[in-house]
Amino acid sequence: MTKGSAFRFGALVSAPMILGGVPFGIIFGSLVATSGYSVWLAVALSAIVFAGSSQFIAIGLIAAGTPAWVIVSTTFIVNLRHFLYAADLLKYVRHLPVGWRAVLAFGLTDETYAAVRPYYANGRLNEQTGHWAYLGSMVTMYSMWNVTTLLGYFVGSQMPNLSTWGLEFAMVATFIGIITPYLKTLPYWSALISASVTALLLVRLPNNLGLLIAALVGVSMGMLTEYLQRQQQQLPSKG
Amino acid sequence: MELVWVIVGMFIVTFGVRFVLYARAEKVFLPPWIEQALRFVPVSVLGAIVVPMVLMPNKEWDLSLTSPWLVGGIVAFALGLIRQQPLLTIIGGVVAFFLTKYLVA
Repeated sequence: MTKGSAFRFGALVSAPMILGGVPFGIIFGSLVATSGYSVWLAVALSAIVFAGSSQFIAIGLIAAGTPAWVIVSTTFIVNLRHFLYAADLLKYVRHLPVGWRAVLAFGLTDETYAAVRPYYANGRLNEQTGHWAYLGSMVTMYSMWNVTTLLGYFVGSQMPNLSTWGLEFAMVATFIGIITPYLKTLPYWSALISASVTALLLVRLPNNLGLLIAALVGVSMGMLTEYLQRQQQQLPSKG
Repeated sequence: MELVWVIVGMFIVTFGVRFVLYARAEKVFLPPWIEQALRFVPVSVLGAIVVPMVLMPNKEWDLSLTSPWLVGGIVAFALGLIRQQPLLTIIGGVVAFFLTKYLVA
């Protein structure tokens, strides 16, 4: 792949998630407007922080008059799962100059991780041009997020019931399409089921804590299942 | 102006979490057991995001076959397992979602 075609590939494989993100961006923008804050707050959060779910939580906390340090610590907890993504992608960005790595880190959202990770795994993306696909994904996500934030701020109130349109389902279907190819061995099933059950049980915990705990449970159960399988194979067969 | 500090602080922690490993990438080599554990991250995190959305849209359980989220989720999951083509999974799931949504409504 050339740089340009890798960039376009990254944008293309992110398309369903970009579509799925549109209602979230519009709802976020209109939320800032209806909370009575200036457009600059909406722009600053989307353009500088660029982290969807923590922006929603922050605007709620800001409106409630929460102290800055509480908002910042909450943001930290909400976004802690991105540390796992960075650890997982580290081997694919190690060779890049630090400036490149800083840009790619800025764009390390759920969507971009989900978009590029499977193609690094199956070899479509590699060290030569993979980072251009990663960049293509993050630039299109970033553009969508900032445009829809502005759109939501100015015309969100004239788009009734946007949250019931169901565009978000495009993101759900994409994530499912990424999960299923992994489900060929028991450890991955174990990780999926344990993470999902944990997330369901903890769905009412604040600040995405349930999601973070569920991720750790899933990873641990995957490891444990794999370990038990290996133990079983190593047992000397009797008779 | 406290809001400025909120933004600055949010930027620092968000970017910090995403960049801290990348920043020292040439020196940070994760032990093999961590690399093995990380293989389970996509399935675990994406599953934990998606399953509550499918089974508990609007944070309330809805397991009826008139729930577009449930039907779309099941169709996408089944297609994904059988055919393993991401694009087909996405299109099939989205079509099932909207069919259910408009047939029911």
